[in-house]
Amino acid sequence: MASRNTIVAHVEDRPGVLARVASLFRRRGFNIESLTVGHCEEPGLSRMTIVVDGDDHQVDQVCRQLFKLIDVVSVQDITYAPMVDRELALIKVSASNFNRREVLDVVEMFRADVVDVDADALIVQVLGDEGKVDAAVKMFEQFGILEMVRTGRVAMVRGTETTKPPAISDSQQAAAAIRAMLGRRPEGALPFASD
Amino acid sequence: MRLTGARILMECLRAEGVEVFFGYPGGVVLPLYNTLGEYPDIKHVLVRHEQAAAHAADGYARVAGRTGVCLATSGPGATNLVTGITTAYMDSVPMVVLTGNVARDLIGRDGFQEADITGITLPITKHNYLLMRASEIAPAVKEAFHIASTGRKGPVLVDIPKDVFIEEAEWDGYPQGVSLRGYPIMDVPREEEVARAAETINSAKRPIVIAGHGVVQSEAQRELVEFAERSDTPVLTTLLGISGMPEDHELSYGFLGMHGHFYANMAADRADVVIGIGMRFDDRAMGRFSDFNPTAKIVHIDIDPAEIGKNFKTHAPVNGDVKETLSRLLPQIERNTHPEWRSEIDEIMAQHPTDYIEEGTGLGGPWLVRALAEATNGEATIVTGVGQHQMWGAQYYPYTKARQWVTSGGLGTMGYEVPAAMGAQFAQQEPIWSICGDGGFQMTSQELQTVAEHNLPVRFAIFNNGFLGMVRQWQELFYANNYHSVDLGQPDFVKLAEAYGIRGVRATTRAEAMQVFRDLEGYDGPVVIDFQLEREENVWPMVPAGAALSETIESAEDL
Repeated sequence: MASRNTIVAHVEDRPGVLARVASLFRRRGFNIESLTVGHCEEPGLSRMTIVVDGDDHQVDQVCRQLFKLIDVVSVQDITYAPMVDRELALIKVSASNFNRREVLDVVEMFRADVVDVDADALIVQVLGDEGKVDAAVKMFEQFGILEMVRTGRVAMVRGTETTKPPAISDSQQAAAAIRAMLGRRPEGALPFASD
Repeated sequence: MRLTGARILMECLRAEGVEVFFGYPGGVVLPLYNTLGEYPDIKHVLVRHEQAAAHAADGYARVAGRTGVCLATSGPGATNLVTGITTAYMDSVPMVVLTGNVARDLIGRDGFQEADITGITLPITKHNYLLMRASEIAPAVKEAFHIASTGRKGPVLVDIPKDVFIEEAEWDGYPQGVSLRGYPIMDVPREEEVARAAETINSAKRPIVIAGHGVVQSEAQRELVEFAERSDTPVLTTLLGISGMPEDHELSYGFLGMHGHFYANMAADRADVVIGIGMRFDDRAMGRFSDFNPTAKIVHIDIDPAEIGKNFKTHAPVNGDVKETLSRLLPQIERNTHPEWRSEIDEIMAQHPTDYIEEGTGLGGPWLVRALAEATNGEATIVTGVGQHQMWGAQYYPYTKARQWVTSGGLGTMGYEVPAAMGAQFAQQEPIWSICGDGGFQMTSQELQTVAEHNLPVRFAIFNNGFLGMVRQWQELFYANNYHSVDLGQPDFVKLAEAYGIRGVRATTRAEAMQVFRDLEGYDGPVVIDFQLEREENVWPMVPAGAALSETIESAEDL
């Protein structure tokens, strides 16, 4: 079943890391929907949220190939985990004295914010999961969207569980932790059993 | 102690125990060459083209079982390495590649002889570095050797700008260890995975092992034999796995694949459990994926977790080093016998032996490899190029010692045979036999000069049929004899050898070939032998491109 999958990776915060990841995706022909990078709770590491199209096998390959990069410290597929995911969009909507009220009604419906106003346009900030952002975009289209930017998905697993990378004090433990991460598909720790 | 970047680099190589490296100087690496005289214990071999430096380091690494090292200048020097780096990457050969780059303030400004070699080699190295300070050299070189030689081995490139070679930094000895959080050593397999594999193997009725390069690299020949004997499992190898299983063993059934042994392909196709060990289920080995033995359960032991499940659904995956895994698996393997299964394969072997040797007095590829095997008592280290001669070398020589077989498998690099054999010769005293194609030989024959300078006893046996043989075979079989661009003109190879001051000989009949083998006994210099083969011999058996292993053919009539 092809679907949108969410992968969280921690990478060393070094020059060229993004190029390595991008080069890997290009070479292996992985279909990436979005990729966001930013700082995380640990200095020296960046956190990537990657949304990838594909079936379980393809996503498993993405994770395993990603982890082969030396600068990639951890990779987890959290598609099947309970999680919170968010995206932010800035949408410049055409709005004049004649219809500004209507636009603002839509803004209110989506609990969005107006972050800039001009005589003939507004910038609306929409925050939510992708479904909500999609719906908002569709509604604003009737007024005319002059410009738009979406950040792509960021995600976090609910509860006390984290996607933090393992520490490396013990290489065997690190290997075990990584193997557990790479095997987190629903069929369990042994991937792709034929029966 | 403060040292220049160039000295720090050389101190690192010394600390790693590097005895030889292959290189070619140029503008930006001059500060490094300026210090080489102070490190006479680290032999620098001056090649005649940078591609050869990479292949030589690769050949050395495969025969010595150590990390090969090569060096080139910036720009064209670095880009000339690319084919050699890719060759090593595809075959998981441990290599540290050193390149110079333009001075730091010129990087990114298209300076003279600037090439973005770290960018270029992103997809063909296990990892790479661009060092912007002399103080980064020691830790980076330590990491480079560590990464290249552990896990799934491979090439690592270290790019150093000219002024970083000149800059001074504190040297307080070679780093003791590395701290690579994203690179844990995954040698030891998980117990539950080993148990599941053992259970699958113990309940098999028609098991088969496919042993790959990982067996050779992990030095697990002994463990493999013990495993095969205990479980009574016939062993096939991949092309690169050749020499991982002693071929004089009764459980050795040759190698499988596009030009593998007929019985090996049939055995792989009829097994109920396929045990891949240190191999990656490559398309040239397995034939058409969708029709490879669909009912077999697959057990896959590999150091690289990304290889497991990549091409086939795996019933019992085991992520771990081959030697570590086999030694943990062995106690759980029940003593077993499979007489019916063995005799089934033996029968196929009796009916379809690998014996496609034509009668007559002329030189044919299979006859020549067999004669070479007899002349060298089956003990020579064989290096090949890519094509028909490579396949004959794989099919007809009886390999018994690990690392006795060196070939470019994954990338299939023509021209590999000359520099790789040259590099390999630095790893052993006994003469290396380089089985060359007349096409491949012409791609890299400039290295005869390097070979002559070092008086290396390499035997370059050119299997000369005047054709780009494998391509010609395909044009004959699949393109209705429409030969195009395969009839290779060539120089007089004997005179060419002599021009380099190398002994050159020619043989056109079987009797002459036998005489050549006798004449060379005890000769300790390089030799080029022009074996003039019959022109249009084909390699059999064959799995046509896109066919399944079960569709292996043995002659053009089977098409």
